[in-house]
Amino acid sequence: MITVPLQTLSEPSFEQQLVDCRGDLLRFARLQLRNNAWAEDVVSETLLAALAKPQAFQSRSRLKTWLIGILKHKVIDTLRLHGREISTSPANDDDSADPLDAIAFKPDGHFSQTPADWGNPEQDLSSRQFLMVMEACASKLPVMQGRLFLMREWLELSVEEICKELSLTPTNLYVQLHRARLRLRECLELNWFAKPLT
Amino acid sequence: MLFLPSCKQVTALVIAREDRQLPWRQQLALRLHMAMCKACPVFERQVLTMRNAMRQWRNYEE
Repeated sequence: MITVPLQTLSEPSFEQQLVDCRGDLLRFARLQLRNNAWAEDVVSETLLAALAKPQAFQSRSRLKTWLIGILKHKVIDTLRLHGREISTSPANDDDSADPLDAIAFKPDGHFSQTPADWGNPEQDLSSRQFLMVMEACASKLPVMQGRLFLMREWLELSVEEICKELSLTPTNLYVQLHRARLRLRECLELNWFAKPLT
Repeated sequence: MLFLPSCKQVTALVIAREDRQLPWRQQLALRLHMAMCKACPVFERQVLTMRNAMRQWRNYEE
């Protein structure tokens, strides 16, 4: 029989706090890896590592921040492990169109229609909603573009590091990032409307 | 010779700048174009908003 130590209501156990963070960890892992089995594995490994070394957690930082730090290392290991599989998967060219062609330009190369004013969501109270829409848009990117974009923006890897881990040429990577960024912008343009100032 | 890009080319440069340093000729062309164009600065602001929002998102503390 497993005995569960009694905890005061105000202080959930370390284990309980880990469980509470699991959903967020899984969300990030899925977004980056685009593979549920790999995502489940890295999250489990992260929680195991945290349980093995609870004393490494300095309560100065938030538990979730600490766990995400561990998760990122596990995710990079997984990307490295599956690098060949990822870079040679058919999903690699799941999107060969240039999203730049989806923007209407006049024959002389000027915009047919001025892009929308998004306001300043990063500076005002709508920030939270904007981040949610942006994350949803990132999750809708084609698989390979999504992985590469997240490697740049979430794992904060350099172009050189990404090329090395996945055996890509810089040219190939730039093309994919160009498409990913344009697609993300397109998605935001469709789903984000700046609220009029009141 | 001075490189005078179209809005479409400028759009591509604004996106490329997120991942690599542009050669000085392109930087100059970009700057001159932005001073003369109405639409491209709006596009550029969108990309900067995305850049700032991504930074907030990855350091997201709730």
